[in-house]
Parts: sequence; C-alpha cells; structure tokens
Amino acid sequence: MIRTLLAFLLACCLAAPALAGGAGTLTIGMTQAPSTLHPNIDSMLAKSYLLGFLRRPMTQYDQDWKLVNMLAETLPSLENGLAEKVELENGDTGIRTTWTIREGATWGDGTPVTTEDVLFTYEVGSHPQSGVATAELYKRIVDIEVIDERSFTITGDRVTFTYNSFGDFGLIPAHIERPIFEADPASYRNRTAFDNEPTNPGLHYGPYRLASLERGSSYTLEPNPTWYGPEPAFDRIVLRIIEDTAALQANLLSGAIDMISGELGLTADQAVPFAEGRGKDYEILFQPGLIYEHIDLNLDNPILQDRRVRQALLYALDRQLLVEQLFAGTQPVAHSSVSPLDQMASEEIPIYGHDPQRAVALLEEAGWSDLRGGIRHNAEGEKLTLEIMTTAGSRSRELVQQVLQSMWREVGIEITIRNQPPRVYFGETVRKREFPAMAMFAWISAPESVPYSTLHSTQIPNGENGWSGQNSTGYANPEMDALLETLERELDPAKRKGLWAELQEIYVTDLPALPLYWRSNAYVLPPWLKGVRPTGHLGPTSLWVEEWRREGDG
Amino acid sequence: MGRYLLRRLFESLAVLFVMSFVIYGLLGLMPGDPVEMMVQANPNLTPADIQQLREVYGIDRPIGERYLAWLGSALSGDFGYSRLFAVPVEEVLLPRLGNTLLLMGAAFVIAFGIALPAGIAAARRPWSAVDGLVNLTAFAGISVPPFWLAILLIILFSVTLGWLPAGGMGQGGFGERLLYMVLPVTTLSLAAVGSHIRFVRAAMMEALRQDHVRTARAKGLSERQVVYGHALRNAMIPVVTILALDFGTLFSGALITETMFGWLGMGKTIYDAIMGNDYNLALIGLLLATFVVLLANLLADLAYGWLDPRVTYR
Repeated sequence: MIRTLLAFLLACCLAAPALAGGAGTLTIGMTQAPSTLHPNIDSMLAKSYLLGFLRRPMTQYDQDWKLVNMLAETLPSLENGLAEKVELENGDTGIRTTWTIREGATWGDGTPVTTEDVLFTYEVGSHPQSGVATAELYKRIVDIEVIDERSFTITGDRVTFTYNSFGDFGLIPAHIERPIFEADPASYRNRTAFDNEPTNPGLHYGPYRLASLERGSSYTLEPNPTWYGPEPAFDRIVLRIIEDTAALQANLLSGAIDMISGELGLTADQAVPFAEGRGKDYEILFQPGLIYEHIDLNLDNPILQDRRVRQALLYALDRQLLVEQLFAGTQPVAHSSVSPLDQMASEEIPIYGHDPQRAVALLEEAGWSDLRGGIRHNAEGEKLTLEIMTTAGSRSRELVQQVLQSMWREVGIEITIRNQPPRVYFGETVRKREFPAMAMFAWISAPESVPYSTLHSTQIPNGENGWSGQNSTGYANPEMDALLETLERELDPAKRKGLWAELQEIYVTDLPALPLYWRSNAYVLPPWLKGVRPTGHLGPTSLWVEEWRREGDG
Repeated sequence: MGRYLLRRLFESLAVLFVMSFVIYGLLGLMPGDPVEMMVQANPNLTPADIQQLREVYGIDRPIGERYLAWLGSALSGDFGYSRLFAVPVEEVLLPRLGNTLLLMGAAFVIAFGIALPAGIAAARRPWSAVDGLVNLTAFAGISVPPFWLAILLIILFSVTLGWLPAGGMGQGGFGERLLYMVLPVTTLSLAAVGSHIRFVRAAMMEALRQDHVRTARAKGLSERQVVYGHALRNAMIPVVTILALDFGTLFSGALITETMFGWLGMGKTIYDAIMGNDYNLALIGLLLATFVVLLANLLADLAYGWLDPRVTYR
C-alpha cells in the first residue's frame, strides 16, 4: 500500500514531458520459459508472449477480433485496391497483396527494416533445410516482388478469406542473419543470432529490447529507442519464470512479482480460490479464450458409432452445474467447437441442455434398454461401458472426469477412467487414435480458423500419412468435407457466416466430439496497472504493451 | 596407489561408455520424437514436410547409426546442440551444474554439519531425552515432503515476514545470491538431515559397542578421546559409503526444490530435456550425473583407506 502510494506520488512529481518510461519496473510472473527465440522456428506460447514485447507481426487479430496491421502502412484488401486477384502461370487464380513497411520502422541497432529483410525471411522459410515449422505459409506464397526499399507484393497461390493475414511471417534481420544462414543453411537453426546472441538489439524492432536474460529463469526488457510507435510507460519489464503455481502465488504475495500473466499463469480452478482469499488486493480478470475443452469420441468404437448414443452422452451431462461447481462459472459451457466470441458463431444451433430423460430415451432407442445392476445392456447382453482418458496430473481435468463419470452413471452408462502422462497421451494415444472410446483434451485455435485438420476426412491420422492430421475421432462426412473446402475460399463474410452456421449445425448433430467448456485465462494484476486487455485468442496481451501504464501516469 | 587409480578411472570410462549406449537407446524408445511435437503444434504439415523435417533433424536413420554418429562427434569434443535452447549443450549444462553444485553443496555441508554432532550425541546416550529429541527431529525431517516445506518457508519468510526472496537466483553479487540461497538450502538440508542423523547414530552406536572402545575406556582415556579418537573414525566407514551414494543425487539435482524456488539446476534441466524431447541435452546431463556418481564412489573408496589403515589399494 505504502509502496503504491509512494509510486503514485513520485509519478505525480515527475510528471515531466514523456521521455521513455517513468513508470518504473513491472515484474511479471509466468509458468513457462521460452525455448528458442527465433520467431519462425517452433511455436510456443511463452515465446509469443516474450516476442510480443520485442517485435510486431505483420498482421494480428486485435482485442475485438479484427485483423489489424502492425508493421505496414495499410492493410491490403480487395476493397482498398491493395489486393487483387491474378491468374497464375498454372491457370489457377491467386491473389496479390501490396504492402508498404511503415515509415520509421527500424531494427534496434538503427538499421531500417526493408524489403531486403522480407525477401530474406521468405528465403529462409522456404529453404528445405532451415527447419522452419510454419512451412505451410511459405508454400502458399508463389512469389514476392520488391517495388522499392519499403514496398513489395506477395502473390498467394489461392484465394482464401485469410489472403491478407501474415501473422506467422516473422521478419528476420538480413543484415545480421544472412551471413549466418548462408554459411550453412542446414545448421542455421543452431547458429542463429536469436539464440546465440539474443541481446543483440538489431534482432527486433518493437517497443522493448531484450537487455539481459538468464535462460529459463528471467528476461529483462528495456525500452527500444528506435521503436516507431507510442512510447511505452515502463522503464523496465522483467519476466520471471516460476513453474510451480503455488510458488507463483507466494511470489506475488511477497511482492517479488507484480502480476501473473494470464497467458501462462494460474488455471481457473487455481485462480478462483486465490480470488476468494486475496482478490481484494488484486484485479483478477477471467477471459474465456479459444481453448476448447472437449471429449473426442473414437468413432471406430461400435457403441459410439450410433449417433443416438453420442447425443445421449451429451444430454446426460449437466455442464452448467459442472462449470459452476468447479470453476465458479468463470469458464463458460461450450455448445459447439466455435467460440461464442467469434463473429462467425451461429446462435441458431441446437443446444444440449441437461435432459436425462431424453438421454435415457435415446439409449433405449439405440437398444441399450436392459438395466442390470444400474448398468445398461443391449439384447446381446453387452454392457454399455466406455473408457475415458485424459492427461494424468492435470487436476482440473481429473476433477471434471469424476463429475462426468457420476453424471453418466445416473443414466446407466459405466465409465472407466484411464489416464496417462501428457507425453504418452498426446504423443501416442491421441495422435495415433489409440484411445478406445473417449479422450478429453483441448484444442487451441485462432479467430475464424477453419477446422479442416480436425474434421476433414483426409485428416484422419494413419500409418500411411505418417500420423499427420488431427481428426482423431475418425470423423468422415462428405457434407462436412465439402463445407470445409468451400469455407476457406469464400470471401464474402455474410455468405461465410451462413456456411459456418451449417458447419456448426452438422457438428452438433453428428457430435464427433462432446463440447464441454471454454477454458479461461486468469490475469492477476495489481490495481495500479491499467491498459492490459486480454484478447480471448492466442494473440498475447504483450502485443499492446505500449498501452500499459501505472495509474496516475498520463 | 597410482596403478589403482588408473584402473579405476579406466573402469569408470568403460561404465560411462556403456551408459551412453543404454541412455541413448532408452531415450530413443520414448514415445514421440522432436518432429512429432512439431506436427502436434502445426496441423498443416504434410507427410512430405514431416519426412523432410525428420531428415533435417537426423531422426530418419536407425538408432544404432545415430548413436555411432553421436559417439563419433562426442569423442571429438562436439557434444551437439540442445534442441530446446538452440545452443551447444555445454553452454546450457555448465552454468547449471555450477548452480547445482552451489545449492546442493551448501545443503550437503549444512546437513552433515548438523547430523554429525546430533548423531553422536544421540548414540552416546541411547534412549535418553537427548536421543529422543534427536530422533524426533530426524523423523520429522524424513517425513516432511520438500514441496510442502518449501511452500511453508516461502509463506513464512517471504510473504508474512518479508525477510527473504521467495524464489529466483538473484542478479547481483555474491551477497545477494546468498540471500536467494537461504530458503532452498534450508529446504534441502532439512530433508537430508534426518536420514544423515539416523546413519551417524546407528554407525556410532555400533562403534561404541566394539571391544577396542572398551579397552580405550579401560586404559583411562577421557570420554572425548574415546568418542572422537577411537569410535568416530570407525563409525565413519559406513557413513562415507552412504554419503558417496547420496553425492550422486546431489549432482542430478533436486527437481522439486529447484522447481519451487525457480533455481536453474541439473534436476530441472534433465527433466525438461526429457519432456521436451531434447535428446542431446538429456543424454549429456544424465552422463554427467553418472560420471559424478562414479567419481564420488572413487573418492569414498580412497576415504576408506584414510579412515582404516588396513585397507590397501591394488
């Protein structure tokens, strides 16, 4: 309290013309450390959070889920003429977008950001040996043409509604990285300056630069004098990694850290009791995100092949009660795989309320009518028993699992629980579809991301395709396949919304997976920190760090 | 003595060699590989991309071939890169080995420094009030789980009293680092002191029952001379064996304490390396731990000779 008061008084006395900062140090606690700091090698939430302070993607979905442009002068669109359909050499229709790098955009060492960097990034991304994991983006680019130092065009190989979204195109400074890359492309990922001299100011162009780091433990950021946007308020930001969440809370209470990041901090079931006990000293924001907790049903399982059984499973659940009891209502019930925050969410879709009678009726209709010892059997005397799996050691999932088990038991379904460590569960069981009936986990997605890899029939992992694809339920529906293929190429948002409504309708009718709830991020902030606006999608709050301020500052 | 040392060192090298093969094989048997983790993170990868990434990361070849390639470069001093940190493994491991040495070494010295006098005091008057008190402390130390103790210490000394930092390693000089060490070292020493006391007590009780101790007493030596001059030296032989074995765990780190206090040590590093499919880092980390266990046992064997002149080295 006294410290806050002092800081406030100091801020008032020193309300000098806005030189960088003045708001002192902000120390943020988070539970995961970034591994490689190269923007295009490996994707990891901790890395996007850190890089959000240091650099800006070309485009980004903002807090209102609108695509905004962060590095160029204008976001190209068909309406403003900066995007146009073109005929490609192979006869397909592609799309060409024209970009101009913002005036004043400068790497932290004073070198201007130019089209040279754009070309070099493309060269690295499309090089077969570079190990860049977002290769898909580079494959879709047919050509990049340089107009001048700051302007260039990108030609894409197909017309999709995401034609102007280039969030994954992380610019690499050619003046630092080119010699390293050209010496030996195959070992570039090990020799990149992003990991071998991470504090080199020339690697980034954002509001802050990485002043020092203790890998895996703490990262200290200081304002970048060459930043082209509004001056950030804090003189220094320290990210501290504390993996244990009990220790994280203790560090917050002891004042060693000022806030807990919502992106990588407490889970809702940890934050709810914290809010009850210490909530008055902090501002705690629960932001439901695009983390879709659900149960994948293995559609090869003879019991689950019957759609009536899948529907009965969902009718038997009181998901509202579940989220209220376990998470104090901070994580909303999911009614389909599309977040209600998404502008493409349909309000027309059927909703499965808690209706045990309906569940029983559906089960009886499906032949599970013989109740013996409380468990349903069919005419052949087979027992209605299903196995549910999830990640061992994830307390909230294990709690949910037990609640579900008892709810299903009430309508005569026997549920056995078998959990595995995440390493085995995700690495083998889910990926290779080895779960016999149900697998509970979460999908993380982006705004309006077409669920092609989870629902298209060509995306069912098997030995022949090297277990690629994420359709682990084995769902195959020609109607759904056709929709998924059209959706991506539909440019008119109104028409797209109609297609999305159809998609959700089929999804909730067929129920290849049981929707449970949307996971929330809990942002634990000191009352004096203003301007942190959670996005609800994967875009980290750090991308808007220049809006963060200490209360009382201009 | 020289020949003995040479032989032991040679044996240790052979063990390390075998262990490198075993660990390499075991890591290869784990479900999932680095590329599979990328596939999970990026559903757009096609089977062709996956194959290409496997080639880039060199995991398309059979494990035996990979091991031989690794061994070749390791023998020439190139231990490879850490996949997670994208820097040579020694750059990750050496500072962390230093951190572990500092933390665990301090805890070891403190725990032994307490256990030795406490164990002796208890052994000299078995079943007395002193013995009861020492035993109670020892069992409490053994029974308290370190993660719980760590949280209690943080809440008391960092949150309530505000005397000590709750975690991290400190950025400043030695004095500041020392401050950050207090709580993790306390947690570790309290966890270790219980078993050390029990070992010292049992060994001392056994030694004090020996004939030569009775003879020493009969000669009229002071109690002090009897205990420290005659009994203690003999009692130390089994204690040294136990300590040498414990020494290995010292270097492989204390996963829970390191995680609770955000201390970057070997335990956490090896754990993260295994979980993150960072084969090279895990392998070298585990080999380093093996090497230290071997070294500690060699030191223990040498200590026997110093403690017991009847032991000869051949």
